[in-house]
Amino acid sequence: MDRLRLATVWLGGCSGCHMSFLDLDEYLITLAEVADIVYCPIIDAKEYPRDVDVALVEGAVANEENREMLLRVRERTKFLIAFGDCAGAGNVTAMRNPLGDPESVLARSYVDTAEPPSSPPVAAGIVPILLPRVLPIHRVVNVDLFLQGCPPSAPRIRNVLEQIVAGRRPPFDDMVVRFG
Amino acid sequence: MTRRIVIDPVTRIEGHAKITIHFDDDGRLADARFHVTEFRGFEKFCEGRPFWEMPGITARVCGICPVSHLMASAKAGDEILAVEIPPSADKLRRLMNLAQIVQSHALSFFHMSAPDLLLGFDADPATRNLFGLVAAEPDLARRGIRLRQFGQEIIEHLGGKKIHPDWAVPGGVGKPLTPESRAAIAAKVDEAKTTAIIALERFKPLLDVYADERDNFGDFPSLFLGLVGPDGAWENYGGKLRFVDHDGTIVADQIPASEYRDHIAEVVQPDSYLKSPYYRPRGPVDGVYRVGPLARLNVCSHFGVPLADRELAEYRDRGGRTPSSSFWYHYARLIEILAGVEMIERLLDDPDLLDHHPRSHAQVNRLEGVGVSEAPRGTLFHHYRVDRDGILQNVNLIIATGQNNLAMNRTMLQIARRWIPDFRPVPEGVLNRLEAGIRSFDPCLSCSTHAVGTMPLIVQLVASDGTTLSEVRRD
Repeated sequence: MDRLRLATVWLGGCSGCHMSFLDLDEYLITLAEVADIVYCPIIDAKEYPRDVDVALVEGAVANEENREMLLRVRERTKFLIAFGDCAGAGNVTAMRNPLGDPESVLARSYVDTAEPPSSPPVAAGIVPILLPRVLPIHRVVNVDLFLQGCPPSAPRIRNVLEQIVAGRRPPFDDMVVRFG
Repeated sequence: MTRRIVIDPVTRIEGHAKITIHFDDDGRLADARFHVTEFRGFEKFCEGRPFWEMPGITARVCGICPVSHLMASAKAGDEILAVEIPPSADKLRRLMNLAQIVQSHALSFFHMSAPDLLLGFDADPATRNLFGLVAAEPDLARRGIRLRQFGQEIIEHLGGKKIHPDWAVPGGVGKPLTPESRAAIAAKVDEAKTTAIIALERFKPLLDVYADERDNFGDFPSLFLGLVGPDGAWENYGGKLRFVDHDGTIVADQIPASEYRDHIAEVVQPDSYLKSPYYRPRGPVDGVYRVGPLARLNVCSHFGVPLADRELAEYRDRGGRTPSSSFWYHYARLIEILAGVEMIERLLDDPDLLDHHPRSHAQVNRLEGVGVSEAPRGTLFHHYRVDRDGILQNVNLIIATGQNNLAMNRTMLQIARRWIPDFRPVPEGVLNRLEAGIRSFDPCLSCSTHAVGTMPLIVQLVASDGTTLSEVRRD
């Protein structure tokens, strides 16, 4: 069997799901024996590659770059997992939504607290523009599996990965559907 | 024609960032900048919520240092209750914060930076990572993974979860340590200590191997900020603030957290979501200060644990009383791991850890509280104002990483000057050195851009030749 091409991606979030991924500890070494980690914040890949078998996507869609990245990931990935509660439900990242458009949130930081008012950072192509509302990833692309949790614990991540490595689709049970 | 090189994304750091390198019309280096590209505006939605929720909510600000937020938030809550927490709670919080420092530093060294330091800055980027390290140095890589696990397991023993525990509360902590957990932690202390020592011995020769990097990764005079004990000893949870100058002279000492605003002000950069604090009395140019392991070692007199104190003496023999290069962050971080493990070992013998009353109960007795702790990457402030019912009226967080923003930008320019003085195709390893310069600070960006507060501000509009076109202030 070909080696599994595995990717992990972070969008708008706290990186806690990736830290939980690192809590796989020595299983990471076992995993690397059967899978190539082709894209991940802890490796030096700058471009999301083609023909990825499985991607764990942490975080919600908060800005234009998150959205473009997610569309690229979907296009180039066979099995896309919403990794954690921000990806699956918006969670903490989406808590700015009830405050209205992002201008009001940005204004608090860069306008209200400056006398006289300043303006939010603008640098074309460098600082991405915030989306009007933070979205869970299934509002932008199709998702193949939701692995909930804030974060999903390492044993629950391992459960999913082991089944995928064994060529099975993880069942829809309380090992994947558990919030918080 | 002006040109620029963009590194996007910066990898092997926590969070979303880019680096840009700018050249003038003649192709000569003009500037190099570090940009943080995420923003979440966190504090604003905390307004109107009870302050009791803040440790649990703010732990979720960051997946790498949730414990640091837990501590600063609980301490701000203690101030609002105006209670003295039980000695057991103080010690239990210290235990968790030390575990947090050990796990986060292990992550920074082994998972993020060791690929540069042990495989080489110019190594093949396809294998210049943790998995490449596993292949090249399986024993060391496994030890590094297990060292991080040691810290994470202590957090789990105390808080019930490795990430985002909601265990520290205003007035103390939720529950004490059990004898079974204490025994399980104690059984792993020796291995953790040995790993810290092995890593230190592996690192020391690199100060000469990478002399060029050592002298160009952010080597400049600056102020340093950290917590110290009443006798100047290294602190991570208690103590008060101390600023020292580049030569070790104490500039301000034993400052209570509540007075932070007299000493820290903030400037906005137009090309980054990350704001830049500076030492207020000296202004944004001369007031650049650094926080984190390098700063904590530079502000303190000693650790108070034997192995780490011996290492600190050797560190100062090699680098002087206050090393100025940011490359030394790695060295300081490894010594702090050793100190953390020694302090954990010593704390475990304390019977108070098993005390069944680790919490003081009270209602709102003050309308304002500031909590401070040392996160792995530097000093962290939580500042809350509440009404009589404990409903938050205003929240301000000053995050460790932001305080290194000016120094990180200066580091980018220094590295670019050394390796890319003019516009030309450069090998990948050169660009990796810019990223490695950032990695030495071990930034945490999902934390750093949550800060939305009422900090004093200076906003400057600066022309391409460096002249200030306009400036607005809010003190």
